[in-house]
Amino acid sequence: MQLTSFSFKSNVRRKLIDPLLQRNMKRFGGRFVEARAAVMTEVDNLETIRVAAAAIRDRSLANLDSYLLTFEERARARGTEVHWAETAQDVNRILIEIAQANGVKKIVKSKSMVSEESGLNDAVEAVGIQAVETDLGEYILQLAHEPPSHIIAPAIHKSVEEVAELFSEKHHTPRSTDIPALCREAREQLRPHFLSADMGISGGNFLIAETGSVVIVTNEGNGRMVTTLPKIHVAITGIEKVLPTLNDFSTIVRLLTRSATGQSITNYVSMLTGPRQEGDLDGPEQSHIILVDSGRSRLLGTEMQKALRCIRCGACMNHCPVYQNIGGHAYGWVYPGPIGAILTPSYVGLENALDLPQASTLCGACQVVCPVKIPLPELMRVLREKSFEQGLRPWYERLSVRMWRGLANHPRLYALFTQLGVRVLRVLGGKKKLLHRLPGLDGWTEGRDMPAPQGRTFRELYRKKHS
Amino acid sequence: MSARDNILARVRRGLGLPGDTPGAERGQAQEYIQSAPRGPRPTYHWSDQAARFQERSEKLGTTVDRVSSLSEVPEAVARYLREKALPQKGVVWPGLDTLAWDREGLSLAARGAQADDLVGVTGAFCAIAETGTLMLLSGKDTPAAVSLLPETHIALLDLQRIVPGMEEAWALLKAERGAPPRAVNFVSGPSRTADIEQTIVIGAHGPYRVHVVLYGSADVQ
Repeated sequence: MQLTSFSFKSNVRRKLIDPLLQRNMKRFGGRFVEARAAVMTEVDNLETIRVAAAAIRDRSLANLDSYLLTFEERARARGTEVHWAETAQDVNRILIEIAQANGVKKIVKSKSMVSEESGLNDAVEAVGIQAVETDLGEYILQLAHEPPSHIIAPAIHKSVEEVAELFSEKHHTPRSTDIPALCREAREQLRPHFLSADMGISGGNFLIAETGSVVIVTNEGNGRMVTTLPKIHVAITGIEKVLPTLNDFSTIVRLLTRSATGQSITNYVSMLTGPRQEGDLDGPEQSHIILVDSGRSRLLGTEMQKALRCIRCGACMNHCPVYQNIGGHAYGWVYPGPIGAILTPSYVGLENALDLPQASTLCGACQVVCPVKIPLPELMRVLREKSFEQGLRPWYERLSVRMWRGLANHPRLYALFTQLGVRVLRVLGGKKKLLHRLPGLDGWTEGRDMPAPQGRTFRELYRKKHS
Repeated sequence: MSARDNILARVRRGLGLPGDTPGAERGQAQEYIQSAPRGPRPTYHWSDQAARFQERSEKLGTTVDRVSSLSEVPEAVARYLREKALPQKGVVWPGLDTLAWDREGLSLAARGAQADDLVGVTGAFCAIAETGTLMLLSGKDTPAAVSLLPETHIALLDLQRIVPGMEEAWALLKAERGAPPRAVNFVSGPSRTADIEQTIVIGAHGPYRVHVVLYGSADVQ
């Protein structure tokens, strides 16, 4: 996917004045939050399960190579070919090799965020293979030539009117804004593709070391189609997605679907192990799994390791006041919201996504809802510190921090400066005792007034009281 | 060095583990997999598995019918199709072709599903009471697409094969089959999407309707 995270600030400015996006975000943004809150009442011991889920993910990561080796051994024993991709480009190369070796002309895809990392669709189309997105949201975006703006609801930024316009134009059908009719239309358009494709690509919510299986958690049924009907199935997923056992999966999935869509369970949970077996009447003849590193192993052993616990539920972005206002595209890469503010700089380089960790008031809503207890605000703070240490922040920011440090190290100078400061600001505050502008802090005063200081500094008052 | 070796070496280096390949930790990991402890889950407040299954299924949009024995199933299926004005023909799992479908005027082909099949009849390996979920295993007599391609999916479920949670379903799979088949499909209601304006629409790419016929009695449980 085309990276635009380096221009986050201008992206945000554009999104905030985009009336259509603003209206759409306000209309649908809160529904995930309500649905999650309602379904979590079924879980009387949520905190106990969250602690257990975080421990399961930590156990997988702490022995990641052992679990990956066991997964690989057992997947191979069942006839799955296991491929390893060091980079996003390797994902595309491996996939194209499999496709060309088997004369594949058409691919049907269910949702895979990892394939967005590598821009897989463009890569296969460049070698003359058709790739059809079949998740309804992804299908809409493929027709509109847009990237997803949410990891589980990719077209959340689009209104029904926009979809109606798009379908009418691309399908040459009468325009309809009836949502069930639009869904039926997409079903009818996509059914022939499922039946005629030579390859199906899916993501993988989890890999199970115990059985050498890949698990996908879905609602529409397209995930089942692409893993059942074409003669070749390729699952693409990150190396961090391995879980030791089926019981571990059972614990995690209770939180995943509730945190994501507010469902106790999704319509389909499919566990796939190897190609079709002797005598089977359906199922792919070939089963492949591409295990993708692409920056993940670099996070191990660092403060960022906890971000690899992520099970991609999307709750952090659903609850983020920043995401709710700017939408997913402003973040400029595959993963938006708080988890994106951590993963994007970690995978594509901090210098390319400098402002993402700053896109938070550190209010902590994301951490509170994260089912695997990723300390997202803390990790954003770590990235902020890193960007300062590496000299990546703008000169005025570095200068002001240096000036503040100079003052803070000289108590007398500090006292003098602050005494002078409060008095000047009091005068500037005038009768209304409000400051409409602060030099150098336009961003802060743009949307609100700063109450002017009314008396003396804390230290002055303290000294007076105790003298 | 291959990509695989590079990745595994980077993982070990990152984790601060010595050497290029796991030693004792691999054994520990395998011991953990072997022991496969069950995690915490929400407290159960139901004792009748079938009642809970039915309640949760209906919440998902699945319809549930009950008959006292397997021999009454064809009649129940025919009744359902008639009432819903659905076609009296379709496809059935080859493992279920011994039932007297013809007697009820049903024309069900025992084979894998084809594109134009409108009704698919399957069994179920077991079901999960907690969430109203069917567990289907692929196999030569139980093709996976029969519960997927047709617009209507009818599942026959033995009342005695409803377990409390997913953990018990895995245990049953291990006890009876050992290894999992190619596909284990947990099905919880008709397919759905909310990709346009977060509005839930029933019937995306999979079935529009899921109907469960529970048969047998729970007495011996």
